[in-house]
Amino acid sequence: MTVNGNKVSHEAEDRTLLVEFLRDTLGLTGTHVGCDTSQCGCCTVHVDGRAVKSCTMLVGQANGAQVRTIEGMAEGERLHPVQQAFTECHALQCGFCTPGMIMAVAGLLQDNPSPSDEDIIHGLEGNLCRCTGYINIVKAVKQASKTIGGA
Amino acid sequence: MYPLTYARARTLSEARELLAKHDEARLLAGGMTLIPTLKARLAAPSLLVDIGQVQELQGIEAKGDRLVIGAGTRYVDIARSALVKRMIPALAYLVSRVGDPQVRNRGTMGGSVANNDPVADSPAAVLALGATVRTERREIAADEYFKGLFETALAPGEIITGFSFPVPARAAYWKFAHPASGYAMAGAFVADFGGAVRVAVTGASSSGVYRWKEAEDALGRRFAPAALDALEVSPDGMSSDIHGSADYRANLVQVMARRAVDAIAAGR
Repeated sequence: MTVNGNKVSHEAEDRTLLVEFLRDTLGLTGTHVGCDTSQCGCCTVHVDGRAVKSCTMLVGQANGAQVRTIEGMAEGERLHPVQQAFTECHALQCGFCTPGMIMAVAGLLQDNPSPSDEDIIHGLEGNLCRCTGYINIVKAVKQASKTIGGA
Repeated sequence: MYPLTYARARTLSEARELLAKHDEARLLAGGMTLIPTLKARLAAPSLLVDIGQVQELQGIEAKGDRLVIGAGTRYVDIARSALVKRMIPALAYLVSRVGDPQVRNRGTMGGSVANNDPVADSPAAVLALGATVRTERREIAADEYFKGLFETALAPGEIITGFSFPVPARAAYWKFAHPASGYAMAGAFVADFGGAVRVAVTGASSSGVYRWKEAEDALGRRFAPAALDALEVSPDGMSSDIHGSADYRANLVQVMARRAVDAIAAGR
């Protein structure tokens, strides 16, 4: 598979989850495991351009796919507009859900570049923030939408 | 994850061969239900046959006056399809409310209908619309397909290839989603085929999706929310659990059906 633009090839047991492959084999620990029951969305990554929960996918299912993780979002020192907006809007407290949240938001904005509040709430139903920082998260989504739209 | 054996099928015939060779093999489509089930050790198949990338199972098209959807088509593609929105907007809406975006990016209608979870959304659409369930060996009418809790008319090793939906004059789906899981506590799909009305209820009954015949008759006589007022929904056979009692669910069935009719009448 291709991860963040780099071709990677490893042997893995059939039972390996995509998130385990990313974290344990590739050392990309930015993708978090929160609940491991496909509810919290902390493990969200993009597979072939779509946000998915990497704890609910076997690595075999992603064999040959294009995978993008939080580590592949920034370009060098320049943060991705969603990362930048999360920073500026203080859209994180403990930060545990943030990588998954950012990947989900990037997916949302790709499909719907100027979402309403309702679209944002519906679009982030697969991600939980235990600090309940949702107000600033919604703010950040709107700011990122403006940055991306204006860029 | 517990040990398992995984194989990716590239074609339908490859999937059939793999299933035939392994008694305890199971199909893996999007995996949105099956993978959590494996993690919870509620299933231990000898082989997982991944059909998620079988091209023959993909696609959405109009065939004559029917809408045909491949079993492996991802929810997200159904929800966004201009064709689905034009032909059966209620179906596009239902699909847009399944799970969450990440689930819709992977999950398939074929997987959901094959599993027949009593709280899933898709069975309500298939049953209320009187769809035909197509497999690699036959066609099954929706009325003959759903056999109760996680039970269907599928034979061992039979693969759903798609669904053929007749197009109703108007239809709507309304559900009361559990606030955490998003699963239907009760959901009603109401479809009006110009006088003949079909109502399917999911989420509520402990034996899975069913047709609410009394509501169909009442709405057939007069298509208005008030037509449902005189109907009593019995709590007998309704699910009762930590999330809601049988009485609560019986009440929800009526409320959801009325809201669906209301949405149709209001042209939403």
